[in-house]
Amino acid sequence: MMDFVWLIPALPLLGFLILSLFNKYIPKAASGYIASAMLLGSFIIVLNLLCAAIGGTLPENVAHVEILNWIHAGKLDLSLSFQIDNLSVWFMSIITGVGFLIHVYSISYMHDDEGVTRYFSYLNLFVFSMLLLVMGSNYVVMFMGWEGVGLCSYLLIGFWFKNQAYNDAAKKAFIMNRIGDLGFLLGMLLIYNQFGSLEYSTVFNQAVTIINPNEPSGIIFAITILLFVGAMGKSAQIPLYTWLPDAMAGPTPVSALIHAATMVTAGIYMIARSNVLYSLAPCTLDIIYIIGTSTAILAALIGLTQTDIKKVLAYSTVSQLGFMFMAIGLGGYTAGVFHVTTHAFFKALLFLGAGSVIHAMGGEQDIRKMGGLMKKLPITFFTFIIATLAIAGIPPLAGFFSKDAILALAFEASPIKWGLGVFAALLTTFYMFRMLFLTFFGEFRGTTHQKEHLHESPLLMTIPLMILAALTVFSGFIDVPHVLGGHNWFSHYLAAANIALPEASHIPASTEFLLMGVALTLVVLVILTTYVLYVSKKTMPAASDSELSFLDKLSYNKFYVDEIYDAVIVKPLAFLSDFSSKVLEKLFIDRIVNFTGKSVQWSGKTIRFIQSGDVNIYAIFMVFGIVIILFINLILFLN
Amino acid sequence: MITTLLIFFPLVAALIVFIAGQRMAPTVGIIATLVEFAIAIYAYLHFNTAEGWNFREVQPWISSLGIQYAVGMDGISLALVLLTTFLLPLILLSSLLGPLKDKKLFYVLALIMQSALIGVFTSKDLFLFYIFWELALIPIYFICLLWGDENRKFVTFKFFIYTLFGSLLMLAAIIYLYLSAEVRSFAIENIYLVNLSACEQSCIFAGLFLAFAIKMPIFPFHTWQPSTYTSAPVPGTMLLSGIMLKMGIYGVIRWILPILPTALMEWGWLAVLLSVIGIIYASIIAIKQSNYKTLIAYVSIAHVGLIAAGLFSNSTEGLQGVVAQMLAHGVNVVGILFVVEILLNRTGTLEIAKLGGLRNQMPQFAVFFVVIMMASVALPSTNGFVGEFLLFVGLFNYNPYITAVAGLTIILGAVYMLSSYQKIMLGEAKPEFNSVKDLSLLEKSILIPIVIVIFVFGLFPNLILGLTEPAVNEILHAVNNSIPVAN
Amino acid sequence: MSEYLVLCCILFSLGAFGVLIRRNILVMFMSIELMLNSVNLLLVYFSAIHNDQSGQVFVFFIMAVAAAEITIGLAILVMIFRHIGSIKIDSLKELKW
Repeated sequence: MMDFVWLIPALPLLGFLILSLFNKYIPKAASGYIASAMLLGSFIIVLNLLCAAIGGTLPENVAHVEILNWIHAGKLDLSLSFQIDNLSVWFMSIITGVGFLIHVYSISYMHDDEGVTRYFSYLNLFVFSMLLLVMGSNYVVMFMGWEGVGLCSYLLIGFWFKNQAYNDAAKKAFIMNRIGDLGFLLGMLLIYNQFGSLEYSTVFNQAVTIINPNEPSGIIFAITILLFVGAMGKSAQIPLYTWLPDAMAGPTPVSALIHAATMVTAGIYMIARSNVLYSLAPCTLDIIYIIGTSTAILAALIGLTQTDIKKVLAYSTVSQLGFMFMAIGLGGYTAGVFHVTTHAFFKALLFLGAGSVIHAMGGEQDIRKMGGLMKKLPITFFTFIIATLAIAGIPPLAGFFSKDAILALAFEASPIKWGLGVFAALLTTFYMFRMLFLTFFGEFRGTTHQKEHLHESPLLMTIPLMILAALTVFSGFIDVPHVLGGHNWFSHYLAAANIALPEASHIPASTEFLLMGVALTLVVLVILTTYVLYVSKKTMPAASDSELSFLDKLSYNKFYVDEIYDAVIVKPLAFLSDFSSKVLEKLFIDRIVNFTGKSVQWSGKTIRFIQSGDVNIYAIFMVFGIVIILFINLILFLN
Repeated sequence: MITTLLIFFPLVAALIVFIAGQRMAPTVGIIATLVEFAIAIYAYLHFNTAEGWNFREVQPWISSLGIQYAVGMDGISLALVLLTTFLLPLILLSSLLGPLKDKKLFYVLALIMQSALIGVFTSKDLFLFYIFWELALIPIYFICLLWGDENRKFVTFKFFIYTLFGSLLMLAAIIYLYLSAEVRSFAIENIYLVNLSACEQSCIFAGLFLAFAIKMPIFPFHTWQPSTYTSAPVPGTMLLSGIMLKMGIYGVIRWILPILPTALMEWGWLAVLLSVIGIIYASIIAIKQSNYKTLIAYVSIAHVGLIAAGLFSNSTEGLQGVVAQMLAHGVNVVGILFVVEILLNRTGTLEIAKLGGLRNQMPQFAVFFVVIMMASVALPSTNGFVGEFLLFVGLFNYNPYITAVAGLTIILGAVYMLSSYQKIMLGEAKPEFNSVKDLSLLEKSILIPIVIVIFVFGLFPNLILGLTEPAVNEILHAVNNSIPVAN
Repeated sequence: MSEYLVLCCILFSLGAFGVLIRRNILVMFMSIELMLNSVNLLLVYFSAIHNDQSGQVFVFFIMAVAAAEITIGLAILVMIFRHIGSIKIDSLKELKW
């Protein structure tokens, strides 16, 4: 089985090729099954690897699988090769596993769309790129996947290409990601420049031997910051987060797969992979912590007032990604990856649940027009509430353990950091339950037409929901902390892939229990408040902008960040473009060129008066010329 | 023998096309270019990288001045010959679709041009190089003049005079080099041995660089280019940007780097600076262009700017990147210009504002468009990435900060490419384009080879890089060995 | 001995002067002949000094060629007169921009 490692990405690629090349000949209904089958194949191989990895019996020969000698120039020797270790196997399992569930879900969700074949071909291409990203054994292969997922994200956000607003969102996502990519690219170049290689193993070995951990090194700082800029773009951190909420223009399963479970966590994967470098740059870690925390809080604040069910989830994703970076900034790479895992499950579940709701509502996304869906969509409701409880951090669901791991790290660093973390968690709890209550509780507020059509989604959609719900319930137990009688199994699993573990906790068990208790109490209080507000009192989000209070308005309008970017970057760039092409180019550079030509013409016009046509005058010129030449000759001769 | 065949076969073919008459001309012309491509492939298969210059041929020509007919191919030459011979059949095929009148004449001129271009890429004698260099200008002048749009007279005249101005400076520099050589000969081995003072080197550098910079073109010598690209017929633009601008880059590699190392050290920074300014400047201008072909012209300036910057990076990676990107740019720009041709044929306009929603009528076309666009913005696994990445590696070696500025091109590239794609292809279907048909078989037969090359070269760049590496190292060896030790 | 030289110079200058200032083409023609013959004279003179016959032979050649040239010139002149009706040089200004 181990020799088939190359098949893991090859199968989705094959699916993509079949679906895109034979688009016309494949029945629409079959395309989803083809795509899912390819993914299932990959998933089975990955499961084998995962079992081996868990058992610690991952064979030596998969640590570096070379597929192709890619670019060779001078000292640069890049190969298209894979590195299979505990970390990449973990991500591969999430990608193929969750990916498979979402493929299955999509079969039903997209069944009546005319571009369904195209949809599944993009989806397969995405999985291929994402696998490349996590399987690569050097930064360039990661970059290849990195750009590939960006392309798929672009294609899938703009899947319904007739709507120019969707296309704008797709374009925005691609361009903002490219800003990050520039950072990534420069980081890679600096790594190559310093270490003469881009293979992970070589780079990390060199870094450890060359760099003295006690002395701050400018180079490492620059490398890590540049790579982090890449992560900012892909994982939607301040200041490059605004594309993610807009990216909800794509089909809902796409939002679940790409913009919640897998692609946006690529930044965390990258940093976890390069943790050797990051551990050498404490300064960068501080910056990551600051950016992660501010993103977590800012996005949560915006999420408080959003009324589009997918937008709420999008801001929640941004906020949760902020949590992951918070963990990394505190040195908890394992906690970050742990949160990636649990988040992949519960957020995919939330998105798919939202998709089920939207499906039932006939495309309606505004939570003000929903309500009371609990009875009509029991399975969706049940799974949705599990996910919501998980994201709020209620034990023993997955979110509790992963969030607790981060908060414990924060408290270790300083109580203030713990406070900020808890604050962000409370905000999360508030908007998630607000959404839950508005959607599933109370009276139905949509049109009667919609009411008649309300129905539970078909099995192909609800089975993935149930599987994800099960994962959401149980996946937390892989990393139970010592305090609760566990052994941090997951951290040790990752440590085998050279992921640095955080320093052993110095907090007494009693304090830790106290912290958990406080956090939990606060969360429950917030849930109760939300219940009172939205279920008992039936408060409704304002219908229009003018009814909002100032702070609500600020939050509802996303703190006007898009408008600020528009005014500071987009408009000036457009102006500069106009100015350059109309003024600089036409009136300055080109004018100089034309002036040169004109001046030649002008001198010709001026001088041609000498050419009068009068033979005598020509003769006089000639004679004078001869005389002058003779005279000069004479002088030269005499000298 | 092969080299001579490569140079003169198109000339003979041009004659045959001329005789063949209007009806047979396309068939004969395309078959001739395909045969030429086959010869180039044969040369590629029999190329011996260890040997340096392969397929050499030396005949005395004007002996009293020491001018020889000396041709041959090293890796870089062969790479460019492959590019030229690969693109010519596609360009000729694409001209079948357009509204070109008097196709026979176009084929004759294009074949003469091919002969001159291959001559430029294979000359081993500076004088011969100059002759071919000038010869290449004549057919393209007529192509632009005969089939251009209403502005063609002024635009073509400007283009001709501008490039001729550069050639004049180059001629002066060439003669100076010739006179400074110990042996009166234009042969490459001899010119490489010329020993010049720093001041002389700077002057000659100025002359040669200006000539090549105008051809490429590098900011601020680029103003002939957008108007010429816009005004010329699409196949003419393909010839200009796909192949002809590579002459300038090739000229720098072959005739500036090994001869003028001191001047490079003194003035290389200026060339890099101008190139990088050009990248940003052209990219910014491209964002708001209203005509798609003009936009492509500026995009071309931006891409060439990066190549030009890489030329002076003085590293194997950088120069390999130059070669890779030359090939990639040639293929991609012809691809995107073919997209332009299709748009023009279907809709009759290239004003971006008037187009829109074409994806509804032309889904297959949209796929090709996206692939070529992604190659143009250098997505990994396409050919654009290989060149761009190597160029960045080389440039980073030279100066990280300049690289960071040049890197903005990957952002701006996404901005202008995606915006224009969105405006042309996406959105609701426009009723005026309802009768527009998707790709015909002939159009696919042009686009498919381009897409195949994009991916083959993106995934197996070593096919070409392995070929050019010894030649590139040779050039760099010459650069670094002739720098005086005192410096 | 130098009087021959002086004579030739005077004759040549007269001829050149005539070409430059006269407007009548016929007179200009005659002036040109004068210049030609002054040079012929000089050739004969030098031939005598150097005691070398080739100079005189050369003069015969020149005279023969000049006679032919005059014929053509006069023919052109006649044609000009027929076309324009004048032999003033001012009337011939076609050779300009």
